[in-house]
Amino acid sequence: MTDYAKYLRLDKFPLIWCPGCGDGIVLKAILRAVDRIGLDRDEICMVSGIGCSSRTPGYVDVNTLHTTHGRALTFATGVKMTRPDLTVIVVTGDGDATAIGGNHFIHAARRNIDITVILYNNWIYGMTGGQVSPATPSGDRASTAPYGSIEPNFDIAALAAGAGACFVARETVAKPLLLDKLIERAIRKKGFSLVEVMTPCPTTYGRLNRKGDAVQMTAYLKEHSTSKAKAETLSGEERGRAIVTGVLVDMDKPEYTEQYARLVERLRGAPAGA
Amino acid sequence: MSEPSRSPVRVMSGNEACAHGALAAGLRFFAGYPITPSSEIAEELAVRLPKLGGVFMQMEDEIAAMGAVVGASLAGAKAMTATSGPGFSLKQENIGFACMAEVPCVIVDVQRGGPSTGLPTMPSQGDVMQARWGTHGDHPMIALAPFSVAETFDLTVRAFNLAEAYRTPVVLLLDEIIGHVNEKVQLPDRVEVVERKGPDTPPDGYVPYRHTEDGVPPMAAFGRDGYRFHVTGLSHDETGFPTNDPVEIDRLNRRLNGKLERHRDRIVEVARHACADAELAVFAYGSVARAARQAVDEARAKGIRAGLLRPRTLWPFPDAEVRELGRRVATILVPEMNLGQMAHEVEWAVGGACRVVPFSRVDGLPVRPGQILELVERAARAGAGVPA
Repeated sequence: MTDYAKYLRLDKFPLIWCPGCGDGIVLKAILRAVDRIGLDRDEICMVSGIGCSSRTPGYVDVNTLHTTHGRALTFATGVKMTRPDLTVIVVTGDGDATAIGGNHFIHAARRNIDITVILYNNWIYGMTGGQVSPATPSGDRASTAPYGSIEPNFDIAALAAGAGACFVARETVAKPLLLDKLIERAIRKKGFSLVEVMTPCPTTYGRLNRKGDAVQMTAYLKEHSTSKAKAETLSGEERGRAIVTGVLVDMDKPEYTEQYARLVERLRGAPAGA
Repeated sequence: MSEPSRSPVRVMSGNEACAHGALAAGLRFFAGYPITPSSEIAEELAVRLPKLGGVFMQMEDEIAAMGAVVGASLAGAKAMTATSGPGFSLKQENIGFACMAEVPCVIVDVQRGGPSTGLPTMPSQGDVMQARWGTHGDHPMIALAPFSVAETFDLTVRAFNLAEAYRTPVVLLLDEIIGHVNEKVQLPDRVEVVERKGPDTPPDGYVPYRHTEDGVPPMAAFGRDGYRFHVTGLSHDETGFPTNDPVEIDRLNRRLNGKLERHRDRIVEVARHACADAELAVFAYGSVARAARQAVDEARAKGIRAGLLRPRTLWPFPDAEVRELGRRVATILVPEMNLGQMAHEVEWAVGGACRVVPFSRVDGLPVRPGQILELVERAARAGAGVPA
């Protein structure tokens, strides 16, 4: 059993999240993963941007940094390059990471810097009241897409993979015990790793799209989850609605802080004046 | 007292001197993005920083560079970025974060003509007000403006020292002329370097945003010696966590801005040239101050008692120094490569005690000594500063 209290700032409770929000499930999964790896609280730096998910660090008793909207990965890059020995975890949302922070997301992945991103994807901007996000499924409603979104939505895991992430996984909060195992693998992986977590927002997305309460929304996530192998056997329409879960990318490639350390070593080993 | 030892005489640009000054001050992290006319600073540091074990990164954009600088500083590194007008605009939100979260860092803005893309290769002083008020909300700000290559080195060191001493971002305002002009310099071998004040209590008693006597809370670094703390851009109490308590919010805002007011006399620096018996003065900074100094010398040769007040600190504004000058002279001329951004500040500071005459050049060309001399002579003829 994980002693969650060891990692939490319990004096900051109750959580800011709405009843039925999945974000607390992700928080607990992160803590189980951290505990299993055996990380000391001082060795972790948790960085976030703006939004519901980005309030996570406030509750975790590690080095925590709540930055500006979309920019968590830039601050995290500065921390990681200054202290490569720290385990840097970025918690972010679909809007934070792939709209306003889209550029930083793809470039951090391209560099393959050793940062683990836990991206809470609830298909909407929750904190600001339910506006459309790049992850809102095409056709679904949001307060700023009252007639249904006419834009295609991002496949965030595919975006990270395409940009060069060395570990990419997706899971839903309906399967929290699989989730913490994926987060553990992502943290252990040397390089840029992403775990995209599908999590319900009954308050905005659910209400605007008549998806029912948290229980119904979580059941939906569970029913529509499918493995990568199984997804390939589905018909086009079924595959479109499927949430493909599990490890999607796991490869080894040069990591940025190590490449940088090697450059420094090479230059410092060079004869004076070179 | 013996002179500090100095390196051999070298020829270098202001941008190069800025890079050297940053390294002398202890720079360990630079993140930037290519932009004219500042890129030489990044290029110089791309060569030197990795050799010293420091970090140089070219980021994906200006915003990322500013974010990385703040992150690096929170992890304990002296950090800097360099840019020009359009990039300075993009950085503003994260500069505001650094003000709010009290993260020491240096932002170099090598000013070019604006607005918008403007004149990438031509000088301007159009960012003076942006340096003060570019980010939203009431916030403290220090900005320095050197007028030579040698002074660029000195003020870069000073920018770091002020940032570390007062836990606040410092803007170093060069202009295209200062950034690109090549001059002979003799850099000091050693400079006075200020380190940030670390925690004075064990981790258990550490209050990261404590309202200390001097207004500057001791600063721990992420991941060092067990000082775990929370940093946010939200209004926060002494513990660093968000608050909606009006009393705490008021206290924070007043301390943030008050800490620079309290130390104002240590931050504000002006240079005076021929001011002692002046009846007419020029207020000029950056490259315009070079032309102003020549104009003042030429006016003196013609028997006009002119002087030059040259602020090295633009923000906080040297109001007391300008006010004192305004009581002694009949006219203060304010030549600038903008439409009078500092002239308004000068007028406000003198409060009607003397005449303030702005002079603007916004055509991308430098203010020439002859133009200032003409202004000086005209003012002298009009009755201010006529030889006794």
